[in-house]
Amino acid sequence: MLPMGFSKLSAVVDVEDEKTMTQEITGAQMTGAEIVLQALKDQGVKEIFGYPGGAVLPIYDELFQQDEIKHVLVRHEQGAVHAAEGYARSSGRVGVALVTSGPGATNTVTGVTDALMDSIPIIVITGQVPTTLIGTDAFQECDTVGITRPCTKHNYLVKDVNDLARIIHEAFYVATHGRPGPVVIDIPKDVQFATGTYTPPEKVRHRTYHPQTEGDPQAIEQAVELMASAKRPIFYTGGGVINSGPAAVAALRALVKATGFPITSTLMGLGAFPASDPQWLGMLGMHGTYEANLAMHDCDVMIAVGARFDDRITGRLDAFSPGSKKIHIDIDPASINKTVQVDIPILGDCGRVLEEMLRLWHEKKAEPDREALKRWWDQIDLWRARQCLAYENRNDVIMPQYAVQRLFALTRDLDPIISTDVGQHQMWVAQFYGFEEPNRLLTSGGLGTMGYGLPAALGAQAANPDKTVICVSGDGSIQMNIQELSTAIQHNLPVKVFLLNNNYLGMVRQWQELLHGNRLSESYVEAQPDFVELARAYRWTGIRVEKPDELDDAIKRMLETEGPVFVNVQVANVANCFPMIPAGHAHNEMILSEEVKSSEEAGV
Amino acid sequence: MNKPATGIPPASTYFMVPESEREEQHTLAVVVDNEPGVLARIIGLFSARGYNIEQLTVSETEHDKGISRITIVCRGTPKILAQIRNQLSRLVPVHSVADLTMEGEPIERELALVKVRGEGDKRIEALRLADAFRARVVDAHTGSFVFEITGKTRKVDQFIQLMKPLGLIEVVRTGIAAISRGPEAMKM
Ligand SMILES: Cc1cc2nc3c(=O)[nH]c(=O)nc-3n(C[C@H](O)[C@H](O)[C@H](O)COP(=O)(O)OP(=O)(O)OC[C@H]3O[C@@H](n4cnc5c(N)ncnc54)[C@H](O)[C@@H]3O)c2cc1C
Ligand SMILES: Cc1ncc(C[n+]2csc(CCOP(=O)(O)OP(=O)(O)O)c2C)c(N)n1
Ligand SMILES: [Mg+2]
Repeated sequence: MLPMGFSKLSAVVDVEDEKTMTQEITGAQMTGAEIVLQALKDQGVKEIFGYPGGAVLPIYDELFQQDEIKHVLVRHEQGAVHAAEGYARSSGRVGVALVTSGPGATNTVTGVTDALMDSIPIIVITGQVPTTLIGTDAFQECDTVGITRPCTKHNYLVKDVNDLARIIHEAFYVATHGRPGPVVIDIPKDVQFATGTYTPPEKVRHRTYHPQTEGDPQAIEQAVELMASAKRPIFYTGGGVINSGPAAVAALRALVKATGFPITSTLMGLGAFPASDPQWLGMLGMHGTYEANLAMHDCDVMIAVGARFDDRITGRLDAFSPGSKKIHIDIDPASINKTVQVDIPILGDCGRVLEEMLRLWHEKKAEPDREALKRWWDQIDLWRARQCLAYENRNDVIMPQYAVQRLFALTRDLDPIISTDVGQHQMWVAQFYGFEEPNRLLTSGGLGTMGYGLPAALGAQAANPDKTVICVSGDGSIQMNIQELSTAIQHNLPVKVFLLNNNYLGMVRQWQELLHGNRLSESYVEAQPDFVELARAYRWTGIRVEKPDELDDAIKRMLETEGPVFVNVQVANVANCFPMIPAGHAHNEMILSEEVKSSEEAGV
Repeated sequence: MNKPATGIPPASTYFMVPESEREEQHTLAVVVDNEPGVLARIIGLFSARGYNIEQLTVSETEHDKGISRITIVCRGTPKILAQIRNQLSRLVPVHSVADLTMEGEPIERELALVKVRGEGDKRIEALRLADAFRARVVDAHTGSFVFEITGKTRKVDQFIQLMKPLGLIEVVRTGIAAISRGPEAMKM
């Protein structure tokens, strides 16, 4: 059962059918290290994020001798991968990280898993010990392809320099086609030194991997008919719309407008539809709005687009939208009927499918059931009137929700890119920062990786030098990759960190308060550094703010100050993030904040 | 609040309940590019997601194209079996996946080599049974035989059962190779 007996054979070029395609167009002779650089250039790569070491020295040597590709030196390999993710998500291009063998490679595992969970297209190039030493427990050897097999979309160990260019081009193809994801390429040092033939990235037809992009016309037609007959419809959209790109976003917006249906989205899909639009219900799920979750629960037709029915969305499965017919558009066959059984599955790229739906909707002159739709909107407006995000503001201490609201108010015109870390602050961003455009929110949704925010912001800044990039973080999370403060200085990446400091692992504390008898086991962080001093030590500008009436000034100063700025916002310690559907509960079993409940009792 | 509800699939660790649907056994054929690690990917997929593999057979089938065919016998509820097919078909080096059990009753054969210690009456009885099962003697010594038997899993099981009292020493089985009936080939 071991894969040992398998002989190595070429994977990309079907030699018989497509003889002309690649191998024939033999390119120049180059060393493996030169091939890496050439292939990256031919793929349009301008920046990479990395950290050198013995097993990648030949590649670093080549990097040194050219200036087309800029290298951003991070301070930890995990940072390189998150930076590549931030680069990719904010630009729609592939992010690339370069690290050495052994510890360099193992340090990337969290980032690679993060990219797999959130469908982010990145390439991680790892050095490996020379082929002759593989398997001998050589210095800084690890089984990189073995370790990363379950956390990549695909990975490669390159044993022959003549395969190297083809594999790199194939990796870009795999990372970006179908459901995007991370690809690891492990390159032994002797392969980097060896001379071989460069294969240019011609339109190589992959032998096996051809994800379906066009939806089944019959299913699309059925879906449009179902939509036209809906009485209580809702769009439930996700990260797949952003993965698909601007055309999908445009088609979605047009279809939502044409139908007049309400729309909600997952955390990963925020920005695909503008938050300022009246048809927008806010995010759904565990910390989603009352109106979004109840509309999902009570709808009769659900149109799921590039969203994967995550358990933070569905809550208790048997109580998830029990009365609805479900349409599901997804490019990954394994996403369909994985947790929730749907009535009309449509396998394909959501951009193509939405365009087709829109065309059919107009062609059929489809009309929604106006009267039913009006009743549905009346119901939704009643839910909205509960103002589920209400919280009691204070003037002695900054409420974290207020901090995000002010940040939004004072930065929205800049159309900034916002990255977050993981925890309450992340959810407050999702609730209170109104995203108008896609690719503006960078957040770790699927893996929930604390430490994602700062390096992701650096990557986004590298891809978007003229944009304002702000990392909203927590006092716990920021310390998981704080070393990257140094990277920002070295590479003139003027990101801003907006730290909601509550002295707690706030999200953990909240669960302990609500679900574990308020036994706050290890969620209080006793010995915090002085973040402002720490930032200054890294040669950042540090700003401290503790009073609500000083907050606006602090934000303005942050924006006006050139270069990286770190704002420590001391916020109320024990605020909770509501609404909240405890894990495994139904959408209509939501916990609301005391403020919302008491306004209800008062009949407001 | 944290009491598990019954009869529903788990949505979080606050609600762990076993899957109650009936399990079925299916035979899948998977055509893959014969590249390094492909088998590890497939096995890893099963182990990572907690699916059960009952049998697995692999061999290169088209050497010049570098293609191998894998036969997998696995168990699961219909929903899990559908997930297994979808998960397999999204692996990058996989050409195609067919659920042979769903397509009809496939032809399934396996081979076993069965070593039996046989003296006196038992030796004669073993040979007689082998003949009835169309097992061939592929190695013979004064005190032992090796039989080669092919057939459906059940037939091989039966033969091995019968050899036990007669002096069964050792068994090795290939796991099944399976192919659909009729003129159609598997879609590529
Ligand atoms: C502390 C915390 C709290 C959270 N709370 C919430 C919450 O309250 N609400 C919430 O929504 N999330 C929440 N999340 C995030 C949640 O865990 C999931 O990451 C998120 O809900 C998944 O989003 P998605 O369904 O859009 O899927 P994604 O992970 O973005 O997956 C995209 C889907 O689209 C498909 N796809 C990709 N490309 C295409 C294409 N071109 N065409 C069609 N389909 C495509 C993929 O196959 C996949 O099925 C939270 C996370 C954390 C860390
Ligand atoms: C790497 C990692 N370890 C642990 C967790 C579990 N976890 C989720 S949220 C959280 C607390 C985050 O604290 P902080 O960054 O201060 O954010 P807050 O919730 O206080 O806003 C923890 C520990 C995680 N998501 N990631
Ligand atoms: Mg905190």
